[in-house]
Amino acid sequence: MSKLHVETIINGEPVEFLCEPHTSLLDALRNEVGLTGTKEGCATGDCGACSVTLDGRLVCSCLVVAAEVAGHEVTTVEGVAEAEQLHPVQQKLLEHAGLQCGICTPGFVVAAKALLDRTPDPSETEVRYWLAGNLCRCTGYDKIVRAVLDAAAELRA
Amino acid sequence: MQRSFERPQTLEQAIGLLEKHGDAARPLAGGTDLLVQMRAGLLRPAVLVDLKGIEELMSLELGADEVVIGAAHSTASLRENADLVALFPGLLEAAELIGSEQIQGRASLGGNLCNGSPAADTGPALAVVQAVCEIAGPNGRRTLPVAEFLTGPGATALGVGEILVSLRISRPPARAADAYLRFIPRTEMDIAVVGAGAWVRLEADGSCAEARLSLGAVGPTVLPVALDALVGGPIDDAALATAGEAASAAARPIDDKRGTIAYRRQVSGVLARRALRIAADRAAQRS
Ligand SMILES: Cc1cc2nc3c(=O)[nH]c(=O)nc-3n(C[C@H](O)[C@H](O)[C@H](O)COP(=O)(O)OP(=O)(O)OC[C@H]3O[C@@H](n4cnc5c(N)ncnc54)[C@H](O)[C@@H]3O)c2cc1C
Ligand code: FES
Ligand code: FES
Repeated sequence: MSKLHVETIINGEPVEFLCEPHTSLLDALRNEVGLTGTKEGCATGDCGACSVTLDGRLVCSCLVVAAEVAGHEVTTVEGVAEAEQLHPVQQKLLEHAGLQCGICTPGFVVAAKALLDRTPDPSETEVRYWLAGNLCRCTGYDKIVRAVLDAAAELRA
Repeated sequence: MQRSFERPQTLEQAIGLLEKHGDAARPLAGGTDLLVQMRAGLLRPAVLVDLKGIEELMSLELGADEVVIGAAHSTASLRENADLVALFPGLLEAAELIGSEQIQGRASLGGNLCNGSPAADTGPALAVVQAVCEIAGPNGRRTLPVAEFLTGPGATALGVGEILVSLRISRPPARAADAYLRFIPRTEMDIAVVGAGAWVRLEADGSCAEARLSLGAVGPTVLPVALDALVGGPIDDAALATAGEAASAAARPIDDKRGTIAYRRQVSGVLARRALRIAADRAAQRS
């Protein structure tokens, strides 16, 4: 079967990869591009572990066809920190112990950053609703929510 | 058949691809139903025809008389249009209930309708604002009211090669507004036990000029509930009780893990009353 050649921008850098016509963006990121920070929890849109942004919009990469991103811009968890400098969302997750096993964490980081990029001062309710598509089986969510609110405060400071 | 991914730039190209490949091809909007079904092995289309490169399906026009919503426009971006939210708060309430933020980044109204789920949230909301489906296909264009577009569980009026292009909705007249409520066992990320779309137009004296109600998830497709009894009178507790009884009587639910028949009938009445109340209050504010 002939593979598709996809040219796109990932985390600000031009990237090219080959993939099957119906491969998901999640699989292409992990297996073709070598960016394994984006995780698969369910592959059906329910868990949010695969969250990335596509042209700035938060989406589940398991429900995007890799070929669709040709000519568009993708940001993954690998694009959140600036070099060695963690983004406040990442730093606060560490400080608040907002992760245990960590499989959900990349999705929460990408989703929370997408929220704070457009809503710098969210209420707790807004944070909880925005993150409703991200499942975590370890932390009980509370520490994650507090970390995101704290990161928002730091970003505003 | 060899798999492929197609991104037509025009409707003609898309229709041509769907006609050529027949059952082997499938239109792709946000993919939040289609890709899940493909992963589950329920559907195995060889050719995916991505509709998001076609301008008309991605557009949003707030015209003087009519609002035209491109069928593949994501609900997240619809919600960001404050004028649209102000015009049709009920429709946007329904759109906002679809899945998570991530799902709404992709989910479209067209996909929600074309998937044909009896529990789809925007069906009742679109029905009460009398949205019209603009369809393009091998034989040209045609239009159908949403209620006729949805023909049964998983079924629509679309023929081979046909594409839902847009939803056309007349601007609400004076003193008219919509509302949508759904009941699920938790506050996010579940499928409707019952959904209720309501639309009310008031006379200048506050009495009911027109009332429309449509129920989701309690029938094979969106169920309209006749509310003629309300016309001419005040929208008070007695009128709402009458409407609730009509809704419970009209509901034709099934028993499943989300609720029994009796339960869903009861919830239909409760949501009908509440949604009509909200629509009437909104309509009153538009005097
Ligand atoms: C986690 C999760 C939660 C969800 N929660 C809800 C919910 O709360 N409420 C709800 O109603 N739905 C829900 N859904 C279902 C889904 O997100 C919606 O139905 C959504 O609106 C589908 O739109 P889409 O653009 O993704 O459609 P797609 O998946 O792209 O398409 C759906 C179907 O319609 C066809 N199609 C799409 N567009 C057109 C067109 N313009 N012309 C012709 N055919 C077309 C496709 O071929 C496919 O068969 C959920 C899904 C997931 C994964
Ligand atoms: S892996 Fe994509 S939502 Fe779970
Ligand atoms: S830390 Fe384990 S699932 Fe969230």
